[in-house]
Amino acid sequence: MSLLAADGLVMDFGGLRAVDGVSFEIEPAEVFTIIGPNGAGKTTIFNLVSRIYEPTAGRLIFDGEDITRVPPHEIARRGIARTFQNIELFEHATVLQNLLLGRHAHKRSRFVEELLFLPRVRELELEHREAVERVIDFLDLQPHRDSLVVNLAYGVRKVVEMARALCTRPRLLLLDEPSSGLSVEETEDMAFWIQDIRTILGVTVLMVEHDMSLVSSVSDRVLAVNYGRPIALGTAREVQEHPDVIKAYLGG
Amino acid sequence: MRSAHPGEDALDTILQLVLNGLAVGCIYGLVALGFVLIYKATELVNFAQGDLLMLGAFTCYMFVVWYGVGYWVALALAVALVALFGAVLDATILRRVIGQPQFSVVMLTIGLGAIFRSFASIAWGSEIYTLPTPFSARATRVAGVAVSHEYVSIIVGTVALCAVLYAFFTFTRVGLAMQAASQNQLAAYYMGIPVKLMFSLIWAISAGVAAIAGVLLAPVSLIDINLGFIGLKAFAAAVLGGFGSIPGALVGGVTIGLIELFSGAYLPQGFKDVAAYVVLLVVLAVRPQGMFGAIVRKKV
Amino acid sequence: MRFVFKTSYAQDLEIFRDDVQRNWYVALLVGLLVLPLLIPAYLVDVSLVFIYGLCGISLMVLAGYTGLVSLGHAAFLGIGAYTHVYAIHDLGLPWVVGVALACAVTAAVGVLVGLPALRMTGVYLSIATLAFALIIQEVLTRWERVTGGLKGKPVDKPVVFGIYLGGDAAFYFVCLAFLIGALWLTGNLLRAPTGRAWVAIRDSEIAAQSMGVNLAVYKTSAFAYSAALMGVAGALFAHKIGFLAPDIFTVLLSIQFLLMVVVGGLGSLHGALFGAVFVALLPVAISQARDAVPAWLSALASPLGKDAGAATFLAVDRFVKKPGLEPGLFGLILVLFILFEPLGIYGRWRKIQLYFSTFPLYKRATFRRQKSYMRSERLR
Repeated sequence: MSLLAADGLVMDFGGLRAVDGVSFEIEPAEVFTIIGPNGAGKTTIFNLVSRIYEPTAGRLIFDGEDITRVPPHEIARRGIARTFQNIELFEHATVLQNLLLGRHAHKRSRFVEELLFLPRVRELELEHREAVERVIDFLDLQPHRDSLVVNLAYGVRKVVEMARALCTRPRLLLLDEPSSGLSVEETEDMAFWIQDIRTILGVTVLMVEHDMSLVSSVSDRVLAVNYGRPIALGTAREVQEHPDVIKAYLGG
Repeated sequence: MRSAHPGEDALDTILQLVLNGLAVGCIYGLVALGFVLIYKATELVNFAQGDLLMLGAFTCYMFVVWYGVGYWVALALAVALVALFGAVLDATILRRVIGQPQFSVVMLTIGLGAIFRSFASIAWGSEIYTLPTPFSARATRVAGVAVSHEYVSIIVGTVALCAVLYAFFTFTRVGLAMQAASQNQLAAYYMGIPVKLMFSLIWAISAGVAAIAGVLLAPVSLIDINLGFIGLKAFAAAVLGGFGSIPGALVGGVTIGLIELFSGAYLPQGFKDVAAYVVLLVVLAVRPQGMFGAIVRKKV
Repeated sequence: MRFVFKTSYAQDLEIFRDDVQRNWYVALLVGLLVLPLLIPAYLVDVSLVFIYGLCGISLMVLAGYTGLVSLGHAAFLGIGAYTHVYAIHDLGLPWVVGVALACAVTAAVGVLVGLPALRMTGVYLSIATLAFALIIQEVLTRWERVTGGLKGKPVDKPVVFGIYLGGDAAFYFVCLAFLIGALWLTGNLLRAPTGRAWVAIRDSEIAAQSMGVNLAVYKTSAFAYSAALMGVAGALFAHKIGFLAPDIFTVLLSIQFLLMVVVGGLGSLHGALFGAVFVALLPVAISQARDAVPAWLSALASPLGKDAGAATFLAVDRFVKKPGLEPGLFGLILVLFILFEPLGIYGRWRKIQLYFSTFPLYKRATFRRQKSYMRSERLR
């Protein structure tokens, strides 16, 4: 059974139809990439899956459950985490605090307990910390643990954001342009991490990406969209050679 | 503000209320217009707008009463001085905080407002003054309704000012350049528009509009250092109109003015003073984007 | 430079960074405990500092940590004060119940204000809270049966469990206890998931939401908690001023509270306390200066001739005795801080600390503000 199924997604902004009947199915533990020219509706699809937008029509099924009307803050608890194109970290907090917030979906302490900082809260906090430290080790973020995000380089911030998403312990990780703004070396590192996330942690990845070298090195399947409609689906090579895709990128 | 005089019959009262409400609403609209101009251009919300109005009224009073200058000359001088002050304010202080969190800007303009009030009380004293004008205490009876010239002057002044502003923004090169600068700062910069100068000019216009509003308001209200608190009610007008829309600000102002006077006449005591704020809260809770505006969610 | 060597994750959960820091705070506490013996005449002023400290923590939680800027916090103080006084005088309830009621009522009002606030962001919220405060002020004026209206409402000295605590020293300790309690509770929340969620909302609502933070719950809880602290502060404030009238809880007082968090330094509890000290003691300093400055200046001018000295004295004296000067000074301080030290006193304190701990290698550029351009906040 597929992990995530999108069925006939439609999204209108006023008179503009940004997504027009997109359907796809993502299998567990695969890396599924959406490509397309600028303004093709990739990020809109992304925002629909992470429930930031209300779809005009269509359904989203995650792990057998209809999540089309689930509020956005419930998504993390169900096992979907995301990153953002332009990095949405909590800039005036430390890396550690950012990652601990990634554990918010697993918060079990109540307000009054926290007010008094009862021993139970302390235990739970330590549990969260252990979970966060595993992610820190996994992504080699130890040197930055106590730095403020404001003071970090762009490439590190990208990794921190991915780490924060991993702290929610997701089953589906949404990466919005993981390579944008990164140097060639950093993009290579990113490719390795995405592979590790899939093979070591067993997390399914849905990503939107422009960099074709990254796309072809990590993706199992690629979906190309243009004008909000799917135009090709297959392996990276198949899609890249598809005549409609070439036409969409080169115009005509 | 003077409350409506009870008329001989209900219709007369209502017409009086409408006239006065329109006039008061025009003032709110003008102050709101100042908010909106600045907000559209620089995304700063100027909490000192009401205090600029107060400075305008005081300056005009000073010229008329202390120096015996004629009303119209004093009006022109007051507007010019306050407008210049607005431009200087932008060039020296407010330009530094563009791009800072909105909170800093709000606090900054609140601080400036406090300084202006303090300045006024030191320069002109904390007494209450009346500004003598050519329209003072005159009325014409039109169809059985006593139409006070003061109120008519406010309405006529507002309409004329709006026409001038509309023509300026639509037909002059500078006006178009300002529109461009506020729609896309960077693109306007690349097109060779002196964006900084444009912002200062917008501040000047906005301060000048506030000064005119102050002088128009002076005959029907009284001048004191707390005149600027009218700016709080103008917020209601600006929010009602969507905070980004110039016609919205005026319509919002008139709406607030009418609601205020009618609630003063027909609701228990106390409602008149808070009517504007109640409307504001209701609008923000029900339709935060106002009547004319649109809030777009941040793109991610 | 002192380096904290961390050996366990539990260390990061402590309120104090290490033993050295804790010992400093213990020393400070001892100092505060013996203070009544040292300066008995100024205890009333210091009590006000503590009450303002509560207000500062309250607004810091909302504005500094959650990013919701309230321009109407004086209204919560007023609601707390009137509720407390109505409970202990008109209803004859015990003092402790009065404080609890003040806390509960303000928290409930906080939720009421917080709910519509969910749909507003940034400056709209500030304007809404301002409108709310103005409406509350009108209610306090008109609801004479409970508030006494414009005639006001006298407040007796506090009597807790039959013990009279109206003396300067006793009241000082009551205020200190409440302040320490509030600091402890707030510190607990801030090191727990709730505090992290608040900070997350401040920095990026959309990311917080995607990580599972229910914006409605956390914004409302920030409002409720902040209002509850304000309610407690209001109950103490009522005893401090001894007489309640609606024109005490004005917009200007709300602005003073904001001044407190800005001047102290946004986003730190230290800042709230620094700001409280500053705002509570500034009027004292101003009134001292009013008496002293004309004499100093005339002494400066006196070499120019005897008349010059006397004339300067008169002119300066007349200027500084003008009634409108004080709010203007507050405004000026606010403007100067925002322009030149947006991190507030606490930020400056950190810089000084860093200067000494890295001496002689301190570089100004460490804290240089990056040049910023206009970023649209319309798209939130």
